[in-house]
Amino acid sequence: MTVVNAPSVDKQPGQARQRGRARRLTPGVVLAWLVIAFLAISVAFPGLLAHQGPLAVDPAHALQGPSLSHLFGTDQSGRDVFSRVVYGARESLPIGIAATAIGLAIAIILGFAAALGGRWADAVISRFLEVLFAFPSLLLGLLFVAMFGAGVGSLIIAVGIGSAPGYARMIRGQVIAVKHAPYVEAARILGHSRLRIMVGSIFPNAMRPLLVLGTLGIGQSIVWASALSFLGLGAAPPAPEWGAMLAAGRDFISSAWWLEFFPGAVIVATALAATALGRHLQRRMEGRLAS
Amino acid sequence: MTTPDLVSPAQADDLAPALGAGARRRHRFGRVLQDVVGGVIVLWGAATLTFLAVHLMPGNPAVAYAGGVGSHPSKALLAAVSKKYGLDHPVIVQYFIYLGNLLHGDLGYSASQQMPVASVIKLNVAPTAELTLGSLLLAWLLAVVWSLLTVRRGRIISSIGSGLEILTAAVPQYWLGIILLEVFAFHLGIFPATGGTGLVGLVLPSLTLAIPIAGFLGQVTREEFESALEQPYITSARARGMGDWGVRLRHALRHAVLPGVTLSGWALGSLISGAVIVESLFSRNGLGNVLLQGVTQQDMPLTIGVVLIVAVVYVVATIAVDILYQLVDPRLRSAGQ
Amino acid sequence: MTATTHDSNLLTATDLRVSFGSGDAAREVVRGISFGVRPGECLAIVGQSGSGKSVTARTLLGLAGDGAQVSGGLNFDGQDLTSLRERQWRAIRGVRIGFILQDALVSLDSVRPVGREIAEPLRLHRYGPRSARWRRVIELLDQVGVPEPEMRARQLPGELSGGLRQRALIATAIALDPQLLIADEPTTALDVTIQAQILGLLAQSKQRGRALIVISHDLAVVARLADRVAVMRDGLIVEQGPTQDVLGRPQHAYTRALLDAIPSSHSRGTRLSPADAPALRVAPVRKATVQEAAAPAPLLTADGLVKRYKGPDGKVRTVVDDVSFQLGPGETLGVVGESGSGKTTTGRIVLAVTKPDRGEVRLHGRPWTGISEAQRRPRRRYIGVVYQDPLSSFDPRWTVQRILSDALPAEAGGAAARTARIRELLHQVGLGDDLLDRRPLLLSGGQRQRVAIARALAPEPEIIVCDEPVSALDVSIQAQVLDLFADLQDQLGLSYIFISHDLGVIHHMSDRVLVMTGGRIVEQGDAEQVFGNPQHPYTERLLAALPKVDALSPAGLAGRPHPTTPRREPALERSA
Repeated sequence: MTVVNAPSVDKQPGQARQRGRARRLTPGVVLAWLVIAFLAISVAFPGLLAHQGPLAVDPAHALQGPSLSHLFGTDQSGRDVFSRVVYGARESLPIGIAATAIGLAIAIILGFAAALGGRWADAVISRFLEVLFAFPSLLLGLLFVAMFGAGVGSLIIAVGIGSAPGYARMIRGQVIAVKHAPYVEAARILGHSRLRIMVGSIFPNAMRPLLVLGTLGIGQSIVWASALSFLGLGAAPPAPEWGAMLAAGRDFISSAWWLEFFPGAVIVATALAATALGRHLQRRMEGRLAS
Repeated sequence: MTTPDLVSPAQADDLAPALGAGARRRHRFGRVLQDVVGGVIVLWGAATLTFLAVHLMPGNPAVAYAGGVGSHPSKALLAAVSKKYGLDHPVIVQYFIYLGNLLHGDLGYSASQQMPVASVIKLNVAPTAELTLGSLLLAWLLAVVWSLLTVRRGRIISSIGSGLEILTAAVPQYWLGIILLEVFAFHLGIFPATGGTGLVGLVLPSLTLAIPIAGFLGQVTREEFESALEQPYITSARARGMGDWGVRLRHALRHAVLPGVTLSGWALGSLISGAVIVESLFSRNGLGNVLLQGVTQQDMPLTIGVVLIVAVVYVVATIAVDILYQLVDPRLRSAGQ
Repeated sequence: MTATTHDSNLLTATDLRVSFGSGDAAREVVRGISFGVRPGECLAIVGQSGSGKSVTARTLLGLAGDGAQVSGGLNFDGQDLTSLRERQWRAIRGVRIGFILQDALVSLDSVRPVGREIAEPLRLHRYGPRSARWRRVIELLDQVGVPEPEMRARQLPGELSGGLRQRALIATAIALDPQLLIADEPTTALDVTIQAQILGLLAQSKQRGRALIVISHDLAVVARLADRVAVMRDGLIVEQGPTQDVLGRPQHAYTRALLDAIPSSHSRGTRLSPADAPALRVAPVRKATVQEAAAPAPLLTADGLVKRYKGPDGKVRTVVDDVSFQLGPGETLGVVGESGSGKTTTGRIVLAVTKPDRGEVRLHGRPWTGISEAQRRPRRRYIGVVYQDPLSSFDPRWTVQRILSDALPAEAGGAAARTARIRELLHQVGLGDDLLDRRPLLLSGGQRQRVAIARALAPEPEIIVCDEPVSALDVSIQAQVLDLFADLQDQLGLSYIFISHDLGVIHHMSDRVLVMTGGRIVEQGDAEQVFGNPQHPYTERLLAALPKVDALSPAGLAGRPHPTTPRREPALERSA
């Protein structure tokens, strides 16, 4: 249809305003940055925040509730829960980041191959992804753990594999959308070679959402990884990994709520911070780049 | 818009009325048939994948089929398993034997449960179905009511509405379950912590599963709801004298739930994942609990059996959702694109 | 300015103001306008985008939007509308004031049958039992000229053609026969022939003694319908009065500029935009004669082009059917047709991005479509393109500089030479260097289209295919861009294939014209001949349906030639 668009606005106040909004830091984004700063310090200099080692036992002060000396209370062996949460960032964050990286790497290969590899490659890969979708991510992870046994290594790969199909489908869609974008056709009409169009236009534009996808994904990966740890399939209990702490606390669920509450709250805060940041990035990108 | 003439909606419109009712029904049937064929292919792929899983895992496949290293299978058992799965034949033959067994409904024997996998599943399917379907309904109810109440109700209410959705969507089920247990079971003592019978026992586990899903569905519904309320057809309806609730319920709602409906198949899969956690947390019987035991003990026949059943459920749910979608969206019932 | 505050007015607005936001961020969108409309009269409010005309329309229904502050007087049939509560408004909307929005595809709920949409005002305002409502729906559909109303009422908006859909939308608005009907761009996005039918339908309602307010960006559309015209700009009415006076003897410079900007038969060979608008030269730019020498060897020939597509239902449709034409150097070939006529596909075949199923295009006498992309690539620089929506045709990551640099051929030289050439290109399209570092998203619609033209010029093409290049632009911006096309042709000797649904634009721009419908060329020839003396009935219908500013009674329009006898005198006068 030769749609005669309603005459477009010949100024751009709307977009300019939207851009302003995207740039402005909302309280949510500030909060997210604070959480990230806290996590960064926890990973780099845990000693600055925690005054005890994550494994230092003190049986005399076992299972004490939160107090000024033990902000998050103590566990059954008298270990300081706050210190364990701080040191736990060193365990949980790398797991989340590594799993996301694995998931994205698999997804980029599959997504690009499907979108650019011709009809047959697309049909086969899309079917393969559909098969993977028939297994919910946690189940795919569980199947992997059943094959290779529990442990941090298989946990990372399991979560990575579990999240790959979702990313792959998104990347495939993005690449196809870019491939058919009018600006790619315009480049073709200018007489540019396939390689030049691929490298100059398709690839960078298709990769654009990856930063957002990755940021959002890290939060999800941490949640999934701790779920597996919570089920006793990841990091082993004395380790201060957040999910493992939750698993260990289950025995005291009716008496010592702080053992479950605080590690879980940190996981939620991390996931929310990653989500908020991812969305902020997305909005900024749209404000600056989207059509 | 420089759409090529091929996809010109004007042309598609002109075609639509030309199709009679018979053609439409045929079209609809064709679509379902396509779904079913696709589903069968997906299941075949899933079976192939599990076959590969057994053969790619370290160690002797016979041990895996016999129930894993942990169950210390006897020589006699290993020999019997080798014979049953044709392990002395070439891999391709093993593959067809494997598929043949599945087609006969033979999912193997679970060493950890001491009975055939099919029986284990039969025993545990009901409580999990009850839990997941109940949670899905509950999640939809929460998401729709919440959107109706909070979408575009001024800045403060709308922000609270979307903020809570983001929060609940980010809360892991295991933690939410723990919090609900702490508050409602141990602190207030309203609901039982574990087991429990009938509806009362189902409340906390269902809420645990439903709330994060509701948050997710709510976000999608809200976005659609907001954009629907900005559409010209809403202005048209209001210009006819319709009130705010009128346009919400009669016009915007249907548009708003459509994308959520497509996600329901995915949501069911996610709920089954969640069931593993919730059943473990609330000590409920069910497929999730059985699966966890299978994984922990590397009992491959049991793990694979449950995973394949979940794949079947997913495929059936996807087809059901597609049919449901056509019912909710009349545009697809006519010629469609 | 003559604000009519007459007792006989059905609706009177006095010093109407609408603003959004509060405090420092408050923006007054409507800044004190006064107008009135009597029963049986049609008032047209005309303005470009951002003039505040649509907000005005919505304000008359109390639908200006959340956070809109309305002040001033608004009197409807003796009732003060400004103090109404929501509940009272609802008793007026649909019953006493009806509202028609543009584009029924989005203004009707796409998941409800049109019959239910039409029945909605009846149900809301308690019009009889269900069966009576249904009878009324059928009656209404019949009244607005929808054939087979029983069947159509059960169909979804998406199953109706654009024209029927717009009729159904009108039926929803007149269901309860309101005293006042407000139509916001009722015919935008419709093909001209359908546009004429819809205008006729609105005229009927006027004849029944109902008052009508039509909002439009298009002076030509309202010319035949309106009794009075109000021209809006930046929230103010700059001029209003009887249609003949406003269009025939415009008093305000803005109205005159708007009228001059409309491309049509008698604007051929003249500038559309005022001389002080950004442009290269002020002097008349177009060659005044049609074709000087005997036709030289054609630059491009299309021979028997056929393109078929498989529809969603599996039926094969022929989108382009046996299309042949030639394009000479320095010539503009206009391709005009309604939606689905195959004109865009024809353009895409010329660009060699769509492969014809039969026939071929030859460039410089050598094969163009029948060869491999690798063979074609070195010659692609000879044909450029300008799309309707320039924004989507730019890589969203790139600045203007990068966009133009990317389009320069490899032999453009080193960095300094390239930068110089980019600046030259920008100047050529009337833009300054200050835009170099901007992203297209931050440019205005007109600036974007100029950048798109600069990009097309970069490889020094001989032909540019322009696919609806000005359809998305306001009329004054459109005028500047059309002038730019003419200037560039004059300077660079370019050939254009100019695709548009707008007969005025085509007539203004073209040396020769192809009229397409249903994939076929029904008429082809010299522009003057095709428009002045159409041979094919379809062309005649198109021309008859075309809304014209001067289609009014000749009395009111002194000095403007009659549309059916286009003459070149005005052009010659100006160029002399």
